[in-house]
Amino acid sequence: MNTGVTQLLSDPERTFSAQELAALAAYFRVVMFDTLHDRGTGHWGGAASSAELTTSLYFNRMHIRTNDPHWEDRDRLILSKGHASMNLYTILAHRGFFPVEELATFRKLDSRLQGHPCMQKIPGVDMSTGALGHGISVGLGMALAAKLNKRSYWTYVIVGEGCLNEGQSWEAIMSAAKFKPEHFVLMVDYNKVQLDGTEDEIMPLASLSDKLSSFGWNVCPNAYDGNKTEDILASYEWMDKDNVWPKAVIYDTIKGKGISFTEGKSSWHGAVIDDDSYAKGIVELKKDLQNKEAVL
Amino acid sequence: MSIAMRDAFGKKLVELGATHPELVVLDADVSSSTKSALFGKAYPDRFFNVGVAESNMVDIAAGMATAGLRPVVNAFSIFLALKGTDQIRNTLCYNNLPVVIAGAYGGLSDSFDGASHQAICDIAIMRALPNMQVIVPSDARQAEQALEYALKQNGPVFIRLNRNPMPDLPASDTIGTVVCTEGRDVTIAANGITASYANEAAILLAKEGIKAEVLSVPMVKPLDVESLKKSVAKTGKLLCVEEHVLMGGFSSAVSEVFMKQGIQCIFDAIGIEDRFTESGPYEPLLAKYGISAENIASRARELCK
Repeated sequence: MNTGVTQLLSDPERTFSAQELAALAAYFRVVMFDTLHDRGTGHWGGAASSAELTTSLYFNRMHIRTNDPHWEDRDRLILSKGHASMNLYTILAHRGFFPVEELATFRKLDSRLQGHPCMQKIPGVDMSTGALGHGISVGLGMALAAKLNKRSYWTYVIVGEGCLNEGQSWEAIMSAAKFKPEHFVLMVDYNKVQLDGTEDEIMPLASLSDKLSSFGWNVCPNAYDGNKTEDILASYEWMDKDNVWPKAVIYDTIKGKGISFTEGKSSWHGAVIDDDSYAKGIVELKKDLQNKEAVL
Repeated sequence: MSIAMRDAFGKKLVELGATHPELVVLDADVSSSTKSALFGKAYPDRFFNVGVAESNMVDIAAGMATAGLRPVVNAFSIFLALKGTDQIRNTLCYNNLPVVIAGAYGGLSDSFDGASHQAICDIAIMRALPNMQVIVPSDARQAEQALEYALKQNGPVFIRLNRNPMPDLPASDTIGTVVCTEGRDVTIAANGITASYANEAAILLAKEGIKAEVLSVPMVKPLDVESLKKSVAKTGKLLCVEEHVLMGGFSSAVSEVFMKQGIQCIFDAIGIEDRFTESGPYEPLLAKYGISAENIASRARELCK
């Protein structure tokens, strides 16, 4: 492990700066790419897309206790795009929910690290996901429960385009606007690439912001780059600004972010990382990590 | 006649709401039909009408259950089973979350609305889901008992309810198999409201000197095999009756376990054949599709030949 990141991860409980988060995310990309290559199975494209979003939540924003994963007042995250499981597992392991070495068991028989996250098997996962389109509904239930239980935790739901293709998401979006639970935030990891092709080819979501607004959501008017940690921290300021719920932030992201030949390519949604691609890709990821550590 | 299961269930929700602050009730715009509206009136803060969106409702309940609440979701059974299957399987069952799925208008009981609304494959679907328990009460009292039982469980429970008033049957203290009529010649194992017709069939058979033993069996999963074995050990003949297709439901559950355990008996099953049903008054509709005292008596008689 690189010295800069090693130092950062020696105290994962503290609140990290934008530059530190960027270095962490770059490091996690290396771990994800390594692991997915070693295992010969899993989803690189979506995991690389949401790396900064998840890193920032778990290392800057969310109130959690790694020694008490079921703490009732903890903030919740539902990774509705459950195929990005390697992203979530990498974050949870380095945050301290389970040993980092366990990442090597991903998708193996008897592993706690299922292909898609299973809350019954691995600590830190707030909801099992995999079938797309469930996250907003489940998150709404958690947020409504906070009110009834008189708790003030936040519930975050990260969705991709696939989730928003599902009709259930729009049922949930309608109903969240009816019940208006506090501290309920939809984060759209909007990389505009699906499994079979681009969003425009498969199912155009434009104009997503207008759609959400017209459904009654408080949609962040700013265009944020979801692969830039400065932007993500700025979006948190927007989340804290007023008390109009539910809130949605649309983050522009890049599928397969970090490697020139995987960026924006639907073919890298769930492709096996072959040895040649690994050799080329890991060089780019490590260079990016070095650059981000250099400015710490 | 008893009151309808839906009325009993709705009132029981209100009663339990007083002592169970964690009880929350959700409905998909049919609360005046399911009677969950009674709970909504009594406890508006704990009642959520999500509109006609069964999938969303199930997952909202799942999220609530992870935070310590005890949700009961209500809608027509066919729509919960078909539109909520992914959510029931992949969220409730996979995570073993304690949510009660109250399937209203079970079987053919939404008789006039026709095949689109008649739940005749719901039990097969629910049975196939790991962690799910499946209860089909036979009368209002059993519907109340099923709810009390379900709220004590640590995982999901499906309760299939009936729309219409049905006769009261002999009761036990808790939900489970009830011996409605004792006999030694043939066992009639009746699931849900078919127990009423099985009881009438036993009276018809008694006139001919055939003593049928009628068991009302509400628990489909886990199945109360012991009660069935005990009765069949005595009679050697078993007729299963259910308000459901014959594939994957109660009769299937019984025959699977009997085959596996090597329990031998002369066997037959009454249920809906592999076809769609139709609109009509409830009792004649049931009779057309095989569920009547006369048909049950006739098929039991055949077993005794």
